[in-house]
Amino acid sequence: MWKWLHPYAKTEETYVLCGRLYPWFLWPAIALLAVGTVWGLAFAPADYQQGDSFRIIYIHVPGAMLSMGLYAGMAILGFIGLVWQIRTCYMGIAAIAPVGAMMTFIALFTGAVWGKPMWGTWWVWDARLTSELILLFLYLGVIALYGAFDDKIQAGKAVAVMSLVGVINLPIIHYSVYWWNTLHQGATISKFDNPSISSDMLWPLLLNILGFGLVAGALACRRLQNEILTREMRRPWAQTLLLSNETGAK
Amino acid sequence: MHFDSFAAFIDMGGYGFYVWTSFIVTFVGIYTLFIEQKWRKKQLKLAVVKENDRIQRIKKAKEKASQANSDK
Repeated sequence: MWKWLHPYAKTEETYVLCGRLYPWFLWPAIALLAVGTVWGLAFAPADYQQGDSFRIIYIHVPGAMLSMGLYAGMAILGFIGLVWQIRTCYMGIAAIAPVGAMMTFIALFTGAVWGKPMWGTWWVWDARLTSELILLFLYLGVIALYGAFDDKIQAGKAVAVMSLVGVINLPIIHYSVYWWNTLHQGATISKFDNPSISSDMLWPLLLNILGFGLVAGALACRRLQNEILTREMRRPWAQTLLLSNETGAK
Repeated sequence: MHFDSFAAFIDMGGYGFYVWTSFIVTFVGIYTLFIEQKWRKKQLKLAVVKENDRIQRIKKAKEKASQANSDK
């Protein structure tokens, strides 16, 4: 496995790999999101308590799950980068952070818009909402920290440490609805339990979760490619690549 | 289909504003990230092309200068 993984420490190989993976992320993602969203919006039955407003769940839950999943991904990359001194991992963190920040924003925004008609308020300082807001600040912190250093190896180390420290927030977000009395409802899908949602409502949700994941993967690939190119602008391979398709075919 | 008419679909049982706002903001937000990367790649290309042109210009100027020197 190490022999297989090793070439990807070289940025050029990673660039090619990302380019190859991109369409495999993008097109299934578009298909899944199209089906999941139309199904969720038009065909799933209305909730017996929340009526049609519950349909926001089809983007709120995927956004929230991805916001935490991407952060965990950043932390893993940070760990690998720090232990094995692989700078491609640092670039990966820089590539993922804005995607994660967008997912966190989506979770918070759709949550607020859902909260207004259901709870009667856009925002409360409840444990779940506050910890998710802190996650957004962590993402913004990572983005700002990476931008603050001219030496991107230093920057990479700094954001790797920051992502690792911030991991403590993930279990807090996850268990906040159990540990504290929150206005936020409990989990809809759980690994250990039967989902507390009927299956004709559940299917579109699962499709959208997978779709969001693939979209995030596609975006991360694109961002990592551009991050590599930015770092390696003076290298011959990057120069030939950037000069070759000037028209922007890719 | 859960809704009787297109109007009912847009109205979302009275929650139309909330439902549609969240869906539109979400998808526009994700789309912006794709556009941003397209733009960044374009900027990178421009920068490399510009840099390349500059190197070529300097090279030409040097050649011209050495030519002028040898002519003397």
